[in-house]
Amino acid sequence: MAALTPISRKPMSLVLPTVAAAGGFFGLFIGTANGSGAMGVLIGAVTAVVLALVYINVLKNEPLSKWINIALFGVLGFLFGGIAAAIIGLLYGWFIHWFTYWLYEGRYRARLLPYLTPGQVLWHYSFRVICGAIFVFLITPVLVVMPLSFNAQDFFTFTPEMLRLDPAGYSLKHYQDFFTNNEWQRSFKNSLIIAPIATVISVSLGTLAAIGLSQAHVPGRRAIMAILISPMIVPLIISATGMFFFYSQIGNWLEATLGLNKTFVGYVKVVLAHAVLGIPFVIITVTATLVGFDRSLTRAAANMGANPVTTFFRVQMPLILPGVISGGLFAFITSFDEVVVVLFVGSAGQKTLPWQMFTGLREQISPTILAVATILVGISILLLATVELLRRRSERLRGMSPS
Amino acid sequence: MKTKMTALAVTTALVAPAAIAQELTIVSWGGAYSKSQQLAYHEPYTAKTGITIINDDSSAEAVAKIRAMNEAGNVTWDVVDVVASDAMRLCDEGLAEELDHDAVLAAAPDGTSASEDFGDLIVSDCFVPQIVYSTTFGYRTDMVGDTPPSSICDVFDLEAYPGKRSLQKRPIDNMEWALFCDGVAKEDIYDTLGTPEGVDKALAKLDTIKDQVVWWTAGAETPQLLADGEVVMGSTFNGRLFSAIAEQNQPIGMLWDMQSFDLDGWIIPAGLSPERKQAALDYLFFATDTQRLADQAKYISYGPARKSSAPLVGKHAELGIDMAPHMPTDPANAGNVHIYDYEWWADNRDDLDAKFQAWLAK
Amino acid sequence: MSDSTQSGPMLAADGTPLKKSLSRALRMQKIRALALITPLLAFVLLTFIIPIGQMLFRSVENDIVANTLPNTVIALQDWDAASGEAPDEAVYAALAADLYVASNAKTHTRVGSRLNYETPGISSLFRKAGRKAKKWDVENDGPYKEKFIKIAKGWGDPNVWRTIQTYSPKYTNGYFLNAADMQKGSDGAEIRPESERIYITLFKRTLIMSLAITAACIALAYPVAWLLANLPSAKANLLMILVLLPFWTSLLVRTSAWKVMLQQQGVINDVLVWLGIVADDARLVMINNQLGTIIAMTHILLPFMILPMYSVMQTIQPTYLRAAKSMGATNWTAFWRVYFPLSVPGIGAGSILVFILAIGYYITPELVGGTKGVFISNRIAFHISTSLNWGLAAALGTILLAVVLILYWAYDKIVGIDNVKLG
Repeated sequence: MAALTPISRKPMSLVLPTVAAAGGFFGLFIGTANGSGAMGVLIGAVTAVVLALVYINVLKNEPLSKWINIALFGVLGFLFGGIAAAIIGLLYGWFIHWFTYWLYEGRYRARLLPYLTPGQVLWHYSFRVICGAIFVFLITPVLVVMPLSFNAQDFFTFTPEMLRLDPAGYSLKHYQDFFTNNEWQRSFKNSLIIAPIATVISVSLGTLAAIGLSQAHVPGRRAIMAILISPMIVPLIISATGMFFFYSQIGNWLEATLGLNKTFVGYVKVVLAHAVLGIPFVIITVTATLVGFDRSLTRAAANMGANPVTTFFRVQMPLILPGVISGGLFAFITSFDEVVVVLFVGSAGQKTLPWQMFTGLREQISPTILAVATILVGISILLLATVELLRRRSERLRGMSPS
Repeated sequence: MKTKMTALAVTTALVAPAAIAQELTIVSWGGAYSKSQQLAYHEPYTAKTGITIINDDSSAEAVAKIRAMNEAGNVTWDVVDVVASDAMRLCDEGLAEELDHDAVLAAAPDGTSASEDFGDLIVSDCFVPQIVYSTTFGYRTDMVGDTPPSSICDVFDLEAYPGKRSLQKRPIDNMEWALFCDGVAKEDIYDTLGTPEGVDKALAKLDTIKDQVVWWTAGAETPQLLADGEVVMGSTFNGRLFSAIAEQNQPIGMLWDMQSFDLDGWIIPAGLSPERKQAALDYLFFATDTQRLADQAKYISYGPARKSSAPLVGKHAELGIDMAPHMPTDPANAGNVHIYDYEWWADNRDDLDAKFQAWLAK
Repeated sequence: MSDSTQSGPMLAADGTPLKKSLSRALRMQKIRALALITPLLAFVLLTFIIPIGQMLFRSVENDIVANTLPNTVIALQDWDAASGEAPDEAVYAALAADLYVASNAKTHTRVGSRLNYETPGISSLFRKAGRKAKKWDVENDGPYKEKFIKIAKGWGDPNVWRTIQTYSPKYTNGYFLNAADMQKGSDGAEIRPESERIYITLFKRTLIMSLAITAACIALAYPVAWLLANLPSAKANLLMILVLLPFWTSLLVRTSAWKVMLQQQGVINDVLVWLGIVADDARLVMINNQLGTIIAMTHILLPFMILPMYSVMQTIQPTYLRAAKSMGATNWTAFWRVYFPLSVPGIGAGSILVFILAIGYYITPELVGGTKGVFISNRIAFHISTSLNWGLAAALGTILLAVVLILYWAYDKIVGIDNVKLG
């Protein structure tokens, strides 16, 4: 985004107190860790101010002073508390330098509307900081898992070796376990079979029904909607046992009457159960997309001689695709992360990844589940990137420029 | 009639073991325990008979699933590993086959009959005991000072051993320990617990440490809590503690006093076709003989349920340490043990559980 | 007035009356819509509604007593429970006949465990009596009263007989009474003694904590959704990954991660101690209590709040705010009177999703909730997988489901379920 407001240098009377406050804030933590909070605040504030003055008035070379600052705090950190503290020092050095220049050059104004009052500018950034904190809350548990998956021990514990960044505290053995252990491989494979099929069923049936539901005149619409949403609102444990009986009966019938293979029937049961659980998400997302759908487009297509099937695939489908995909993702993750129902409905041959994880947690704490989680996070990032590309494509198709 | 049929069953089993079924679904707990069964029972059995064994790690849900399978008329399991109390419940519900132990199980090498070899451990007609395990305490050696805890009542002593403790989230064992440490003689525990005052007494004793208790539901939790130093002592299954101490080198010590003996073993679900029941019995005959039970102890520190297996217990398969001293049944560890009354709990479990949960929620 | 030729009904192009033609078109439209919905509706009805219905029916079903002990049930009808005395020989003889049949079919212990839920000890009475009854010659071995009492003293206890009598009908409200902390006493329903009351507490706690979780989610999700909706879409989508990533990570892993972070020797406490903010011997207790459950579940359910809010906020034009400000509104007024009302559907959609999902959870509360942070679902799971008291589990489930349905209905009335969007 281009700069909205021309920027100008700010007086030192604004820069110095703010930099001092930031320095003092960080100093507080270091200070309390070493015995005296007040001392920490003082030292932090004074160093920040002195360095700011030196860089701005004496050195007058931003890139150079940046590297000096980073190196300075990195070394200080190392002297204080080894490698871990050195990393914190490097980051702090980068931050306080960036912060100083951000204020001094007035860069914080660059992307804001010119007419904002200082109070509004302050609120704007405070708001960003609050949001940042919430994102930290969201992402920290995922980040905590990653280093633990390299633990050399079989516990979910940060060992002293790990905290010292000692290579002896780390190992790849949990990854090795995942890739070599038959149980993990089999359950991973099962998940990869079951989740996509369940997703396809819930997406195809769900999309059709959502299109039906979005028509102007549907008798008993609310009741139908309530029934279709119900898998989401019944507590899972009730669903699990209820489904167990019914699916056993279906299984009996399939095996006895149709003479189907037992393993195959086992998969069918789990797939059906997961498909039902995914349906509410598909219905909700696709219905929401259809609310904004311009109906004259289908009429135009019909007008030009397209039959309903062609209209659906060539006109309607591409436009509601984002909703379908996002519903599909919800359905996929419902199946991929589902443990309660599969415990009841599935049998040994259909053990899925969450089931194996659950056993792992209950019977022996094993960081292999953290290794799996880390791998899955990697896969998720890839998938999300793909979805993002698809979304942009569909926006182009709709003629909307990605604003 | 029944004995005749099972006797007949065994004869055919001995004559033509492999010709009947090619697959056997065996349900167990998963983790290291299943691994020990795999090595000690399943693999030799497959080698001998050619029958494939499918492992299903569903023992934690076994009672519910067997009941549901039974109602649906589609029992897919052949042999199920459950704790003794679950076996009793399944037997009571008519969900497990009643067995004539002498007729279907191997005698000891010296000719002692199976029922005598297993002795009192056959707590239910449906149950074939496999291991004796115990729920006992482990403590952090570096957090208890110079005098490590030596009595169960140290668990209730917050002054000598400050810090959190972890206990299983159920009334069984905890109520008995509480009464014992409240001065009730061991033989009077169940009589006391049978009265409302006795229950109050037990809960009042537990109240003294309630604030300091972390309640666990899965056996893997206590070792993790001990490894983190989150609790100073905690109860769990002795095999878990062994693995944390011997295999993971954690600073944990064992407190064997008043360890609560419990049993784990096999049942055959009711409602199998005669051929499948036959195959299941055949497996049980093989897997519960004297040598096999002793073999399992090479991989996990649980005591074999047969008296005749005890002398055969050897060394740990990987670490090479002597397993006998780590068994709950070892005389050095079994000085003061608590033997829990299955019959009593089968009657009173639901009632006491409601009271216990209400107490927890307060 | 000028056009007098057009009398009679309006006609469509093919000559049929327009009204008829329109209604036919409408009917066609309805049929087409239904044809699209039917496959899924049939699928959900068959694979979900029927199984759940069957399950919930167990909350009133009680035919096991009458089926297994038919003669006893009839003989017991004349016995006066208030008399305080055990019934006479006729009842015992009937029981002997029933038990003979039942024990040979191995169903007697099942009745025992069913009745044991109501009166502890009955289970072993049936077990012991069944062992003997199997070998009886029912016609000639009487009288049975002394025999039964000799087998186990409990058979002479009028309270045992009262339980059998109370639970002999084919349908019972006993499970529901139990689920409401009540029991069938000698004169109708009565409240259980205080030491056994738990379910009302758990229902209340489940509702209160789910509300707290929903409130926490609203507070955290609102700023994030606002930010996402007001950033350029490239940046917003990048940040969206931060929202979706935890959502994609296994529930079990996230719950374990919160354990690692929140416990007293956990990451947060370690950092606080290292910074000197808390003393080493005064580490914060943040897990195995309600706080732990609220933090972990807020984290787990937050995406379900952010996504619907985000999609609603995306549709709010920023020009509305500017218009309000240009007419002299302060920032706060513009937000509170213009933007906030427009974003309410998003809050509603997110809240209903989060709330409904929260009250049905059980794995996370089980792992991080300790004693005070567990939900009613944990008890349902316990009764299903451990105590086998499925009737009670079904009754608890039915009550929970009823609560959810009432909320769903209220939500549909107030906001409309169509407005739920998931991004």
